[in-house]
Amino acid sequence: MIPLFLVLIYVLIQGGRLISLQLLTELPPAPGLEGGGIGNAILGTIVVTLIASLIAIPVGVGGGVYLSEYAQDGWFSKFVRFGNDVLAGVPSIICGVFIYSLIVATRIFFDQSFSAMAGGIALSVLMLPTVIKTTYEGLLLVPQEMRMGAYGVGASRFVTITQITLPAAFTPIATGVVLGIARAAGETAPLIFTALFSPFWPEGLFNPIATMSVLIFNFAIMPYEAQNELAWAASFVLVIMILGANLLARWISHATRA
Amino acid sequence: MRSAPPIDAFTLRRRPPQEKLTDIGFRQLTLVLAASVGIVLLAIFVTVFTGAREAMATFGLRFLTTSAWDPVNEQYGALIAIYGTLVTAILSLLIAVPIGLGTAIFITEDLLPRSVRDVIGLLVELLAAIPSVVLGLWAIFVMEPAIRPFLSLLHSTLGWTPFFSTEPQGPGTAPAILILVVMVLPIITAISRDALNQVPVELRQGAYGVGTTRWGAIFNVILPAAVSSIMGGVMLSLGRAMGETMAVTMIIGNSLNFSLSLLAPGNTIASMLANQFGEADGIQVSALMYAAVVLMILTFIVNVLAQWIVRRLSLRY
Repeated sequence: MIPLFLVLIYVLIQGGRLISLQLLTELPPAPGLEGGGIGNAILGTIVVTLIASLIAIPVGVGGGVYLSEYAQDGWFSKFVRFGNDVLAGVPSIICGVFIYSLIVATRIFFDQSFSAMAGGIALSVLMLPTVIKTTYEGLLLVPQEMRMGAYGVGASRFVTITQITLPAAFTPIATGVVLGIARAAGETAPLIFTALFSPFWPEGLFNPIATMSVLIFNFAIMPYEAQNELAWAASFVLVIMILGANLLARWISHATRA
Repeated sequence: MRSAPPIDAFTLRRRPPQEKLTDIGFRQLTLVLAASVGIVLLAIFVTVFTGAREAMATFGLRFLTTSAWDPVNEQYGALIAIYGTLVTAILSLLIAVPIGLGTAIFITEDLLPRSVRDVIGLLVELLAAIPSVVLGLWAIFVMEPAIRPFLSLLHSTLGWTPFFSTEPQGPGTAPAILILVVMVLPIITAISRDALNQVPVELRQGAYGVGTTRWGAIFNVILPAAVSSIMGGVMLSLGRAMGETMAVTMIIGNSLNFSLSLLAPGNTIASMLANQFGEADGIQVSALMYAAVVLMILTFIVNVLAQWIVRRLSLRY
C-alpha cells in the first residue's frame, strides 16, 4: 500500500504547487515554449464524461430495471447478466479499438473521423456494466412489500417502478453511478484514438477534443520540461476530481441511509 | 358540504388504454435497453474479428509463435507482446497477492482498533481510484529512477541467468511489473477484505471455542472458508492486469525485439495497440486486430474462470 500513498502524496505536492488561475484557464503552449495551461483539457474531460454519462445512465438504469423488475429467471436474464460481467472485463483498450473501427474509421458522423462524440461513446461502453450492475443489485434490495403496496392502491407497473421502486433504490444506484463516472473520467486507453487530442479549445462535439488523461499521456513522454509540468498539474486536477467523486459517493450512501 | 359519491365496491376500475400502453411500452423499452448489453458485446466481438480476418488468413497460427514485427516487409508475429502480457500479469500477481492478502488479514482480523481499520479501508478504496495514466507518469519520473540501482544490483549478481542478462537502461519489463503490482494491490486487498468479512462469525467463534490460536484460526479456518472469493478476485485482477494499458505502455519501453530478460524493454498486446493503432494502415491494422482478438480471448477465459471458481469452489459451511 505504501507505494500508492507515495503516488498520491507526490501528485498532490508536485501538481499542487503548479496550480494557478492561468494554469486552469489557458491553452497548452507549443512544444518548447513555457507557460500556458490545461483549460481545454479540463473542459474536454467534462464534455466527454458528460456524453458518456448521458448514454450509459439511461441505458444502464433501464437495463437494470428490466433485469430486476420484469425478467423471469430464464435464459435471457442469465445471458444478460453473464454478458454484463464479460463486458465489465473487456480491456478498455479494446473498447477504443471497437469504437475506432465502428465510428472513427467509418466517418459515420458528418464525415468526421476523431471526435468528442466517439470518445464519449467509447467511455459509455465502459460505464454501462457498472450502471446496470448497481441498478440491478440496488433494486433487488427494495422490499417486495413496497411493490405490493403500490399495486394494492391501484398503481400501474410503470408508475410503481418510476415513483416507488426506483426512488427507494436511489442511494445504491447513485453511489454506483458516481463511482462509474469517476472511473470513466480517468480512463485514457479508449480515448487515445477516438477523441484524440487537440491543442485548442473544444470545437463542437464532432471534432477531436483534448482530455486531461490523454494530455498526461502525451505530455509525459515529451522531452520538454514545461509539458512534463503540465502533465503533473493535470494529474493533480484529475486526482482531485476523482477523489472528490469518490467521497461524494460515500457521502451519498451515508447521508441518505441515516 | 357535499358528500362523496357512492362507490360500488364490486366494480373494479377499468384501466384506461393509455395506462396499459405506457406499461407495455415501458416494459419493451427496458427490454431493449437490457438487450443492448448483449448487442454491444456481440458488436465488439464481430468488429474485432472481422478486422482481424485478413491477418488471420495471411499469418495463421504462426502469428502466435513468431516475433517478427516488420511493417516494411509486412511480416507480423505477436510472440513478444503475448509473452510480455503473460509475464507482466502473472509476475505482478505473484508479488501482489501475498501483500494484498496480508493487508486484508491485517485489517479484518481485529489486530487493530476499529477506527484505524476503517480509515485504512477508506484509503484502500480511494487509492484504487487513481487513474492508471497518473501511475504511469509517476512510474516514469519517480519510480523508475528510484529503483534503477536495485535493478542494476540484480543484474550484477544474477546477470548469469537469462532473466536478468541485460543492463537496466530506463523503461523495461521489470518496472512495468512493479507498477502493475501497485495497480492491482488495492483491488486484491479490497476483494480479500470483503471475502474475509463474509466468513460467518460462528465459524470464527467455533475455531476459538475449540482452543485454536489466532494464527491457527486464520490459516486453518477463516482463509479456507474465504478461499473461493479470494481466488475469484485474484483471477479478476489477473484479467485487469493483462488488459491494463496506460501505465504499462508508458514504462515498458515498447520494444520490438524479443528478450527473455526482465530488465530489457518489452511489450504487451495492450501497449502495442495503444502505440501503433492510431497510425497503422493496411495489413498492420489487421495484425493489430488479430493481437486484440488474442487479448480478448485471454481476458475472456480468465474472467469466465473467475466466475466459475467463485461458484464451484465455494465451501459449504
